Amino acid sequence: MEAKGRVFKYGDNVDTDVIIPARYLNVSTGEELAKYCMIDIDADFVNKVQKGDIIVAKKNFGCGSSREHAPLAIKCAGVSCVIASTFARIFYRNAINIGLPILECDEASEDIEEGNEVSIDFTTGIITNITKNKTYQAQAFPPFIQKIMENDGLVEYTKKKIGD
Amino acid sequence: MGMTMTQKILAHAAGLESVKAGELIQAKLDIVMGNDITTAVAIPEFKKTGAKDVFDKEKVVIVLDHFTPNKDIKAAEQCKCSREFAFDKDIKNFFDVGEMGIEHALLPEKGIVVPGDVIIGADSHTCTYGALGAFSTGIGSTDMAIGMATGEAWFKVPSAIKFNIVGKMPKNVSGKDVILHIIGLIGVDGALYKSMEFVGEGIKEISMDGRFTIANMAIEAGAKNGIFPVDDLTIEYVKEHSNKDYKVFEADEDAEYEAEYTIDLSTLRPTVAFPHLPENTKTVDEAGDIKIDQVVIGSCTNGRFEDMKIAADILRGRHVAKGVRTIVIPATQQIYLDCIKAGYVEDIIKAGAIFSTPTCGPCLGGHMGILAKGERCVSTTNRNFVGRMGHVESEVYLASPAVAAASAITGKITDPDKLEVIE
Repeated sequence: MEAKGRVFKYGDNVDTDVIIPARYLNVSTGEELAKYCMIDIDADFVNKVQKGDIIVAKKNFGCGSSREHAPLAIKCAGVSCVIASTFARIFYRNAINIGLPILECDEASEDIEEGNEVSIDFTTGIITNITKNKTYQAQAFPPFIQKIMENDGLVEYTKKKIGD
Repeated sequence: MGMTMTQKILAHAAGLESVKAGELIQAKLDIVMGNDITTAVAIPEFKKTGAKDVFDKEKVVIVLDHFTPNKDIKAAEQCKCSREFAFDKDIKNFFDVGEMGIEHALLPEKGIVVPGDVIIGADSHTCTYGALGAFSTGIGSTDMAIGMATGEAWFKVPSAIKFNIVGKMPKNVSGKDVILHIIGLIGVDGALYKSMEFVGEGIKEISMDGRFTIANMAIEAGAKNGIFPVDDLTIEYVKEHSNKDYKVFEADEDAEYEAEYTIDLSTLRPTVAFPHLPENTKTVDEAGDIKIDQVVIGSCTNGRFEDMKIAADILRGRHVAKGVRTIVIPATQQIYLDCIKAGYVEDIIKAGAIFSTPTCGPCLGGHMGILAKGERCVSTTNRNFVGRMGHVESEVYLASPAVAAASAITGKITDPDKLEVIE
């Protein structure tokens, strides 16, 4: 599993209210939510983002509400991975559960800049900054979570388990 | 090595002798809860699992509280989808307009959650029930769907931070000030992935409603859960509200904590979190001259009877400042009725405030009090993020019901002690 794209860079504590404000929570499909992704922190994001692009932020990304609409909006906007120094725990869980790849890496979170071209190898956890010609090692998922990701989320994983 | 209170509850629910921080476990769930916004996303996921029924009709709870009474057509459609699901699956604890209240005030009041329970809720403030000595945590819609289908969830066992509460609570200081002070101290990610365990002599100073407020905002420090030991006050509350069996767990004496803090209640002042993070706290004395346009008193954080009493006691015989829209929202129908009986509704309306039916509405910028560009609101809610209650250039100041009510009277952030005394 790999990802490659241009980077949108944000700071600390990007909360779920700026990722997808509650005024748009009266819809629940990823396609509709994606139209408003990041609107309160970066109003132009949806016009600029292209399939495969990557979000890089600093600490506590996704803090705030439990709305799964937040990782869903990001995934359906075409983002292939979110890299941050740390994630808020409910966002972390939700991202895994819906199959949005996320990686924790202090060094990448510090060093990668807006507009850099970055590729990620999810099996090794190696993040390559093509623009800067540098690599960073992210923490790999524990095996249990890898299994969920391999099944594209918790629902498919559970379906298989129920079927067994 | 001993276990924390949280770890003991999780070990029991996972059928294990003991667990340690970092371990991944599969735990049985006592309650799986969702609201109108999150259940709408969970239902299609539930259907995808192929499950015919929910794991237990008594243990799934759906509360339509966020965009209700329906704020617009899309919200109405979402509620309809949850309603149809609840009827189809014969979910016993389904609460619609007329019975519903704000979920985290409603579930304890209805006796649905009790000490020792393991609860997941598709709402981040599900950590509220930790006040009862339960393990309770917010999750997303997919976890809710899987929880409804299987009655189980996976958890990474959290480590913990201990907060030793000592001293006596001063006048006009309440649970809200305690938790805002703590978040100011450790930051919005100060307890990331961890439990916040509140212990110590000072806990007996804090009412049940105050404990709910404190546990409610554990998530604002990034915590997985916040939890209080079970004492006489807890037991009294549970016996009054529930017939369910409960289990009392206690932390081992040699339990390991990542950090320990002592919070001396007697040193606390009314505290306000400035925009745009709950960690940006100042005491009311340091607030300066902040003029406001709106006050909201309510929410899962501060919409309980004690909060209504504090607001009514300050508003009684006074009038809100011209131009300050003051919105008071009791969290449940029972609290609403109790406020009518106590005469608070009359006090609040005569003071020029409104008294609304229960809803989460304004807290998350849904409805019932949206802010325009440049407007400021003092609110007893739990988040003051950019755009939380409306326009991205509006501002939310988080405070206790006492500070909020006092601020409504003067039109700026105000120490309740400084209000002119009325005869």
